[in-house]
Amino acid sequence: MMDAGLGAMARALGRGEVSSVELTRALLARIDQLNPGLNAFISIDPELSLAQAAAADQRIARGAAGPLTGVPIAHKDIFMTRGRRTTCGSRMLADFVAPYDAHVVEQLDAAGAVTLGKLNMDEFAMGSSNETSHFGPVRNPWDPSRVPGGSSGGSAAAVAARMVPAATATDTGGSIRQPAALCGVSGLKPTYGVVSRHGMIAYASSLDQGGPIARSAEDLALLLNAMGGHDPRDSTSLERPAEDYRRDLALDLKGVRIGLPRQYFADGMSPDVRVAVEAAVAQLQQLGADCREVDLPNMALSLPAYYVIAPAEASSNLSRYDGVRYGHRASGYRDLLDMYQRTRAEGFGAEVRRRILVGTFVLSHGYYDAYYLQAQRVRRLIAEDFRAAFAQCDLLAGPTSPSVAFALGERSTDPLQMYLSDIYTIAPNLAGLPAMSIPCGLGDGGLPVGLQLVGNYFSEARMLGVASAYQRASDWHLRVPQGLATRAAEAGDGAAQPAATERN
Amino acid sequence: MALDEAAVRRIALLARIALSDAEIDTLQGDLNGILGMIETMQAVDTRGIEPMAHTVDMHARLRADEVTETDRHVEFQALSGQTEDGLYLVPRVIE
Repeated sequence: MMDAGLGAMARALGRGEVSSVELTRALLARIDQLNPGLNAFISIDPELSLAQAAAADQRIARGAAGPLTGVPIAHKDIFMTRGRRTTCGSRMLADFVAPYDAHVVEQLDAAGAVTLGKLNMDEFAMGSSNETSHFGPVRNPWDPSRVPGGSSGGSAAAVAARMVPAATATDTGGSIRQPAALCGVSGLKPTYGVVSRHGMIAYASSLDQGGPIARSAEDLALLLNAMGGHDPRDSTSLERPAEDYRRDLALDLKGVRIGLPRQYFADGMSPDVRVAVEAAVAQLQQLGADCREVDLPNMALSLPAYYVIAPAEASSNLSRYDGVRYGHRASGYRDLLDMYQRTRAEGFGAEVRRRILVGTFVLSHGYYDAYYLQAQRVRRLIAEDFRAAFAQCDLLAGPTSPSVAFALGERSTDPLQMYLSDIYTIAPNLAGLPAMSIPCGLGDGGLPVGLQLVGNYFSEARMLGVASAYQRASDWHLRVPQGLATRAAEAGDGAAQPAATERN
Repeated sequence: MALDEAAVRRIALLARIALSDAEIDTLQGDLNGILGMIETMQAVDTRGIEPMAHTVDMHARLRADEVTETDRHVEFQALSGQTEDGLYLVPRVIE
């Protein structure tokens, strides 16, 4: 059951084969065993989780259960949770307990999902390796000497290590897809505006979008059904009729037109990633998809445009952390200015400071037109490229990340090297398009490779259908990190953990 | 363009972040590296292209003019280290 996935757990709960309390206890025991080695969770609160599970069991007994009632999940620590600490991976919010729930949390609570805890992440979602977290890096379950990707590294690692069947995450420039790829799990960033940003701590508001990380397309659909929907408290939340994202899961790929952007298959991806991605494309073709080359001529400009727009928005959003109303305040200061400066110097880590300073500069007098407005014009060119490509195909396929998971410390001293990790994932954020990553092979060192699918606006159901067709024909998404069972057993040595034995 | 030390100090002041001399030195290199990467975008001819601030055509939504939020200032202010009589305490700014 530990290895069952969200949908299978939900069905077992519905049939009364297992209770939510049993599942919750088993997964909490597994977190106890594995988390000290992986650091995927920042906080857990077993009492709160078990109370939610008991309530879910009563709801199931009453016959009032929904598709997610009693299913354990966990939240990226960027989503505010009333009564549970929300840190955003930062010293600034190390002791912050939110006075209200994020919309996403409200929706999942109302559906009866059980929250197992809050997941580690790069500080304020700024990073591609989870090494910028104030709470220490997350380790990749496939190889603990390597990074899980970021910023949603905790979400991806926890799902990969089977500590939780699915998790919430957010994506501003690749923060759902890149860690999903590096940890061998599936992740979906929806169309901008599908998931409410209310209570989701802001990084770059015109790019930030919440979404699920899970084991399969089916599980992503199940979670997105509960995460999406209109919320008047987010002015960019779209007013659209509710969708069942599972509706195309049985999609036949015959006649589906898949575009292969030349710029995604040019030099830049490592040879092992290329082998896996090209094999996945060949398999999609075998399944009936009509694959053709397309062009995204301005793709290379997405990195510079992003590193103007995202820091600009971040410098504005993070000005709220001034030590007055919430969060860290420096203990000693001369005057108000000194209080602000010390508070922010102590509260923010190196990468967050760098991005705030870049953003402050590009918005400052005399540079606004040359940097900020130019970046916004380039952003339109990139969005137009996608519009032209989608006139010729239904969705795009390519690599998620240029390489498999890299070693801890390998890129953390060179910001530009780190930024290149997101070279393939940033453009869909700039355009606001839905994009996902699914496991498509193992590269160097037996580490997972992700296939990225980019869809047109609001084509999530169809993308999930394509992913599901691929997952019916392949088993990469079912692979379990090697050595995980051994490490779990070693960590649990001597402890009584009967419910948490490995089933693989 | 390259930022000199004085420019980095000015930006840090605008951003309200205290930095040591050693940090200024490191950041000067980091920021100039990042700006160098950003500069590649300057060569693109974008004349006549409307800046894109947002990905969806947004219009300001109106809601009914009704009070929907309750007064929770006690709960919100409990998050601050220093309050008094419903006010936030900060160092004196007016003599």
